[in-house]
Amino acid sequence: MDKRTTAQEVVAELRDGMTIGIGGWGSRRKPMSLVREILRAGLRDLTLVSYGGPDVGLLCAAGAVRKLVYGFVSLDSIPLEPHFRRARQAGQLEVMELDEGMLQWGLYAAAQRLPFLPTRSGLGSDVLQLNPELRLVQSPYADGEQLVAMPALELDVALVHMNRADARGNGQFLGPDLYFDDLFCQAARRRFMSCERMVETPELLAGGSLHTLRIHRSMVDGVVEAPRGAHFTECPPDYGRDEAFQRRYAATAQDPAAWAAFRARYLDVSEADYQKAVAE
Amino acid sequence: MSADLARAARAEVCAVALAECFRGDGERLASPFGAVPSVGARLARLTFEPDLMLTDGIASLRADTAPLSGPARGEPVVEGWLPFRSVFDLLWSGRRHVVMAASQLDRFGNQNLSCIGPHAKPSVQLLGMRGAPGNTLHHRTSYWVPDHSRKVFVPRVDVVCGVGNDRARELGPRTARFHDLHRVVSNLGVFDFATPDGSLRLLSVHPGVRVQDVVERTGFELAIAGDVAETRAPTPAELELIREVIDPEGLARREVPD
Repeated sequence: MDKRTTAQEVVAELRDGMTIGIGGWGSRRKPMSLVREILRAGLRDLTLVSYGGPDVGLLCAAGAVRKLVYGFVSLDSIPLEPHFRRARQAGQLEVMELDEGMLQWGLYAAAQRLPFLPTRSGLGSDVLQLNPELRLVQSPYADGEQLVAMPALELDVALVHMNRADARGNGQFLGPDLYFDDLFCQAARRRFMSCERMVETPELLAGGSLHTLRIHRSMVDGVVEAPRGAHFTECPPDYGRDEAFQRRYAATAQDPAAWAAFRARYLDVSEADYQKAVAE
Repeated sequence: MSADLARAARAEVCAVALAECFRGDGERLASPFGAVPSVGARLARLTFEPDLMLTDGIASLRADTAPLSGPARGEPVVEGWLPFRSVFDLLWSGRRHVVMAASQLDRFGNQNLSCIGPHAKPSVQLLGMRGAPGNTLHHRTSYWVPDHSRKVFVPRVDVVCGVGNDRARELGPRTARFHDLHRVVSNLGVFDFATPDGSLRLLSVHPGVRVQDVVERTGFELAIAGDVAETRAPTPAELELIREVIDPEGLARREVPD
């Protein structure tokens, strides 16, 4: 089966109000070209589930987000994501703020088609007060321990970015960490993967060890070749984070005019023009 | 040289105090957040706690003790792979000691990293909960505060991320059996929670700091150990390790200026 598609076709499947899970972590290997396409399409009222970075910041700045499910939002080298902060401080977002391990548990429960998974994390903290929909569950065994029943975080769509992929939807990460990209895919009804470079299936194993082949074709519905598609987040070993560009992006949160200019130059243009503009 | 060695910077005193936090930890993952805690963890491993485990800050467990910044000394020696998923597995198993930052910390060690002001519309949005709720319920936790003030040491934190001793007590002994607040180190002194009600207690003040200075810059009533000591000074060997091997570019001194 040939699952090759384009960012436009992927985003044409999305609807206002959907719950979208975004892979990567902070400012690391984020499917940014797909995020930029969502911005161009002007989708609204999205619920995002993310180990958040500039994916969250950009979509918040564009007014596309109604609700955010997160444990943190950070640009790593810039610890606090300024566009996310701005949206929060304006009281714009509905939020489900969780311990980052609880977020994994929610994705894992959805991936296993379970209603919840038990965890001790969250007890005693304000996670429970701030999310009154969270329930406790008692161990049915002799210990009788009270635990949090972390509900499944079911996603309409998952978006991830890999270093390599084949046309059938097998994905390969060549950097140090898969993060939770497999769980995002398994927790979603529709799964889309962008990749730095599309290769023939036999080339996958030539490019990295067996252990890098963690996204299997049954976990993916569409593959988009997107060179530098994670820009400006890092995508090792293909490229590092574009720190200078990230600083420029971050600075636009202070000033609506600067954001408008940034948006006009880098976001209201095609992906090809974006890549040309950032290379200048 | 020897005169210079004799005078440790405040950052170096703090780094030794943080190294002391890891004493006795053995084969556990040390997860230090901040430059000074990172110096402390490396110093502990190079001296009295050789079995401590450290990452490169990304996803590798490093057998060699690399400097905080600047050129590496020799080839890196990787002893394991520790992606985030494995960090979560490991922390739930308890074999970890985290030193977290705190935007706010109260008398019982409740910590806030999330936001200042009402959660629905914060006046200052910070990082988010991160792993603090889970960390504090599963393994030993210490805190590092580079700028001791009433803004950080508050009567009540706006959001409880890391769980304090009062909240842990309410959870009961079974649920809280792995809860273990160990130390707080600030740029002024070293603290523990070894009081009958589990509230913060001043153990030692750094050289040049008076007990009164600490009390004035703490926003709640601080328990004070009967015999507040002076935080131990770095040994000449420790200073040499910090300056020559661990932090040659002086990141710790930038975090805590003298």
